[in-house]
Amino acid sequence: MDKCIQRGFDARSEQGFIYTKLDAVINWVRANSVWPQPMGLACCAIELMGVGGSRFDIGRFGSEVMRFSPRQSDCMIVSGTVTYKMAGAVKRVYDQMPAPKWVIAMGACACSGGMFRTYSVLQGVDKIIPVDVYVAGCPTRPEALLDALVTLQKKIGSEKSTRALWTAK
Amino acid sequence: MDVKKTLLEFPCLKERESADGIKAFDCPKSHLERFARYLRDVCQYNSLTDMASIDMGEEAGEARFGVVYHFFSHDKKRYVRVVCMCDSSDEPSLPSLCSVYKGADWLEREAFDMMGIAFEGHPNLHRILMWDSYPWHPLRKDFPLCGKEAPLPESFEGNEDAAKVVPAPENGGPFHSPSCGTKFASEREPRARFDSSSGCKSGTSNSHIHGL
Repeated sequence: MDKCIQRGFDARSEQGFIYTKLDAVINWVRANSVWPQPMGLACCAIELMGVGGSRFDIGRFGSEVMRFSPRQSDCMIVSGTVTYKMAGAVKRVYDQMPAPKWVIAMGACACSGGMFRTYSVLQGVDKIIPVDVYVAGCPTRPEALLDALVTLQKKIGSEKSTRALWTAK
Repeated sequence: MDVKKTLLEFPCLKERESADGIKAFDCPKSHLERFARYLRDVCQYNSLTDMASIDMGEEAGEARFGVVYHFFSHDKKRYVRVVCMCDSSDEPSLPSLCSVYKGADWLEREAFDMMGIAFEGHPNLHRILMWDSYPWHPLRKDFPLCGKEAPLPESFEGNEDAAKVVPAPENGGPFHSPSCGTKFASEREPRARFDSSSGCKSGTSNSHIHGL
């Protein structure tokens, strides 16, 4: 063991154990490996792809594993205009995600319908699924989405995860 | 194409004025399919490039709805336009051109969806953009921009109480900033100047609308 690690963690004095709260461990694991479900519906999805690229690199925050199967993902990023026709599919995909699950509404359209105050567009995805983080922008800048991800990580860090294991979420 | 010969063949046709010089005709509904076949086979207009449905407004009476067909000849590099109006404003219908031009299929479905024109003889006439149970035709003149109440798509499962198709808010939404000076939303926001659900102008003067 090199000196650096020895200074932070002394195996002799701690007797090989780390003392912490279960909540803290679970939240630490969850927050740093959020697997996003890219619900790309419109131009915000292009920015979402930019976030996945090397310049902004969502991998720095542990979320580079974009999962196209809802069953393997933790956080749905609704990026784009949710029309009434698509709303059923968005709801269905959300329902198929295993708990714990989170939702980021990316951009003006997903938050509130945006510029589409029209007959065909759902006025905000929060009408059908619960949203954790809303991101402004039309489309959202990649930095803003990363900020939303960090905000979500903070939110995950404050959850009572252990208790939620035994109670229905 | 020889206009004189065409008019001899179809005496019911009427030539239309055309601002861009492209030949245009008024064609009665009864002769539309035969005329389209003539255009394709005799005049070599081998593609139907576009089809635009029109709503002349309620004041137009029975001749309210119609369709403008744009035919193109790849050999002669030339367009021709044909306008055909429906007989009835309550149940507008036109003959389908699917048997003549295969490309008419989706164009006619779109016109049926958005304008409510039924195409007789269409092989698969149901909505193409909106879902099948949607009761309205959104591009008609009397349909408000914000929409009307409607049932959700058949594919929607659960949570129906929380979300249904309702008119979109046109005024006072998150994009109307209340702190930017003027007293009325109508002066700050272009979209608030016309309340499409009530059909009345909420703005202060008409000049705003013309100025857009």
